[in-house]
Amino acid sequence: MTKNHLLEMVGISKYFPGVQALDEVKLTVKAGTIHALMGENGAGKSTLMKCLFGTYKKDSGEIFIEGESVDFGNAKEALENGVAMVQQELNQALTRTVKDNLWLGRYPLKGPFVDERKMAKETDEIFNNLNISIDANAIMSTLPVSQRQMVEIAKAVSYNSKIIVLDEPTSSLSENEVEHLFRILRDLRERGVGIIYISHKMDEIREISDEITIMRDGQWIATEATQDISIDEIIRLMVGRELTHRFPDKTNVVKDDVMMSVKNISGRYTNLHDASFDLHAGEILGVAGLDGAGRTELLENIFGEMTRKGGQIFLEGQEVQNKNPKDSIKNGFALLTEERRATGILGIRDILDNTVISSLKRYLNFNLFLDDKKMLEATEWAIDSLDVRTPSHKTQIRALSGGNQQKVIIGRWLLTQPKVLLLDEPTRGIDVGAKYQIYELIIELASEGKGVVVVSSEMPELLGICDRILVMSNGRVAGELDPKTTNQEEILKLAEKYL
Amino acid sequence: MSTEKVKKNSKWSSEQIKDFLINNALILIMLVLVIYVTATRPEFLKPTSLINLLSLTAAYLPVALGIAGCIVLTGTDLSAGRVVGITAVISASLLQDITAPGKMWPNLEPPPIALVLLISVLIGALIGAFNGFWVAKFKLHPFIVTLATQLIVYTFILLYMQAGESTGQAISSLTEDYREFVTGSVVGVPIGGGKTAPIPNYVWLALLLAGLMWLIWNKTTFGKNMFALGANEEAARVSGVNVFATTIIVFALAGAMYGYAGFIESARIASNTANTGANYELDAIAACVIGGVSFVGGIGSISGIVIGVLLLRLIFVALPMIGMDQNLQFAIKGGIILLACALDMRKYLEKK
Ligand SMILES: Nc1ncnc2c1ncn2[C@@H]1O[C@H](COP(=O)(O)OP(=O)(O)OP(=O)(O)O)[C@@H](O)[C@H]1O
Ligand SMILES: [Mg+2]
Repeated sequence: MTKNHLLEMVGISKYFPGVQALDEVKLTVKAGTIHALMGENGAGKSTLMKCLFGTYKKDSGEIFIEGESVDFGNAKEALENGVAMVQQELNQALTRTVKDNLWLGRYPLKGPFVDERKMAKETDEIFNNLNISIDANAIMSTLPVSQRQMVEIAKAVSYNSKIIVLDEPTSSLSENEVEHLFRILRDLRERGVGIIYISHKMDEIREISDEITIMRDGQWIATEATQDISIDEIIRLMVGRELTHRFPDKTNVVKDDVMMSVKNISGRYTNLHDASFDLHAGEILGVAGLDGAGRTELLENIFGEMTRKGGQIFLEGQEVQNKNPKDSIKNGFALLTEERRATGILGIRDILDNTVISSLKRYLNFNLFLDDKKMLEATEWAIDSLDVRTPSHKTQIRALSGGNQQKVIIGRWLLTQPKVLLLDEPTRGIDVGAKYQIYELIIELASEGKGVVVVSSEMPELLGICDRILVMSNGRVAGELDPKTTNQEEILKLAEKYL
Repeated sequence: MSTEKVKKNSKWSSEQIKDFLINNALILIMLVLVIYVTATRPEFLKPTSLINLLSLTAAYLPVALGIAGCIVLTGTDLSAGRVVGITAVISASLLQDITAPGKMWPNLEPPPIALVLLISVLIGALIGAFNGFWVAKFKLHPFIVTLATQLIVYTFILLYMQAGESTGQAISSLTEDYREFVTGSVVGVPIGGGKTAPIPNYVWLALLLAGLMWLIWNKTTFGKNMFALGANEEAARVSGVNVFATTIIVFALAGAMYGYAGFIESARIASNTANTGANYELDAIAACVIGGVSFVGGIGSISGIVIGVLLLRLIFVALPMIGMDQNLQFAIKGGIILLACALDMRKYLEKK
């Protein structure tokens, strides 16, 4: 054991029924560095970190912190020994305040009572220190995901930990917030903290990390200094094959006929005003905007998931009501939601149930009983065509890695044979290889003559696959741009139009 | 490489054995109990004793089958017992023998049995739908809603007990046809020596009911929707599940089961008071959780429920046979519930 290694994990293995999630993985992190952990969905990144943090019990292997062997039995032990972690899936007490969440598990006491004053004071200090402006007394569920994410990061930092693990912390942060986070991380690095940073965003990794460890299929593949390795090389090591383009060729043809026409839609309870646009058959329409610009609201209003105040929707010239999701599905709409865990997966049910739930009518015999064989065929089709990595169709969906969960949900929607697909952040938390597959899929769907709306915070993605980009600003449509001629600055400028 | 494979395989199988033991712990306990009781009291395996066990299981099964759906939706139903009660007294009052002393409706010619069964099931379904409506429409927790309806229904029972010519006495002297329909035996089982042991009709009916519920749970869109709703309401809604309708149907179906149970219990017990059916929900909930219908929501199976009910009845029947103090049975029931739920939760914990 070398002393100057802050963290050393050797020979870590972990088996789950059906998968060897980790196979003798090693990881070494030096003090005062940011260490990126990369790999495809399901490579085992989160599992490795959960073994460190005591969430999972490793089958074998050893962990050393500053040369001393440790084996945490639970999160509390890990935190007390200087290891903090921001989980990929936020676990927060949503009905409690920000302050309560921050101090959960270590409430300051005054005699037998919780010392609210001290809590408030120290919360302010922590937030001030990190330049975060969030109301400490706000109820967690009222905050947007990005702010909840920041609270979680602040919490990890506030433990004064030696090692901080961030599992895809930026997946729901806006560009400004990412910059903010990076300032915090650099500051922590100055102070000698070792940071493990998991992300699928190449540009971020290049910008922030000092070293990179790459995993594939539960195995350690390489560890390199960031400046010594190119993005193409990283991708090659992650995917295990050459992947020369970030985006597939656009083979879809935008037709003249209008598939969907949205006229003056406004939300009743949401920040969405008079949004109008057309979507052509075979078209991929991107929707760009800053956090809170009303992009999700636009999709959910169209889909009848939120109550509309006014406006009309036409599908192939016919007005449709889309009163609620069920109605919208019947009309040929599909909505891939932004928050996979909250509104996407049926965690405790298996892949099959998760795949067929929106298209059950198709598997009925005599209009009465579900046909197991038909459902199985549909599920296998989805698993094959979307390349879902899963031990079987009977696996609980929550046991899959985030990217694979996403593919299952996309499969669910494809089985409803929609005419219009509304995709809200379809590649959030998805690795480069799988992203490419999803782009291919989106383009293929458009080629079949469907209309696709893609909301994304990743501008390169919008520029790479869309035929047209709609920019939203503060609940309104600010303008349209042609991806072939526009650039990120132009998009950003439009996005700030109504601020 | 190959040695590594072997190592993994053997580890896997030992894990498997452990998992198998834990996942089937309750069935194993049941087996041990049966073997022990049989060894000490061989008459336990006699047809009469087994049929008694079977009959009791059949009597308690319908309520459990109904309540299970509510638990799958992460809810519960505290009104089950009272719904059994009100449908039992109504069934009994309609099917009192014309010569019964103190007959509630003296001039009422007993209507066809099937009609009374239908009325009973409909009343149950209606009360269930009422529960479901409050849950679905106002997003109230089923615990609260059914706590309230349970009280309301009890008042209706008390009022009904004083209706007609009734003096508030237990409603008894039911028609022979009715009793025969429920407790008579159309089909028995041969037990050798040319003899057949009679199996009460309500056992066969319960079996039929379990089959029906299995179909509904596993083979219909409603069943899939119910599980989806229990697993993640928001996701289910976005996926096109009609949350409102599904919730109401789950509760109405449960109510229909209680209505059926009331009809059966009325004839099985033969003497119905305002307290008929009281606390049936507690046994039913216990049976469900023992059988793996999880309060986590979205999980459960019909076979599990049958096993849960059977295991509970086994304790009631078997323990007195081996001379265990009757009073202990409650503590043992409590212990089993704790054990069953702890084992059940273990499956859902991430860390193993
Ligand atoms: N609790 C669990 N039970 C069973 N299998 C699991 C469990 N957790 C993870 N796995 C499996 O272990 C493998 C590694 O998953 P992990 O979540 O670590 O991937 P990841 O690299 O973090 O992927 P992503 O980038 O999608 O988050 C996957 O095949 C996954 O299906
Ligand atoms: Mg992960």
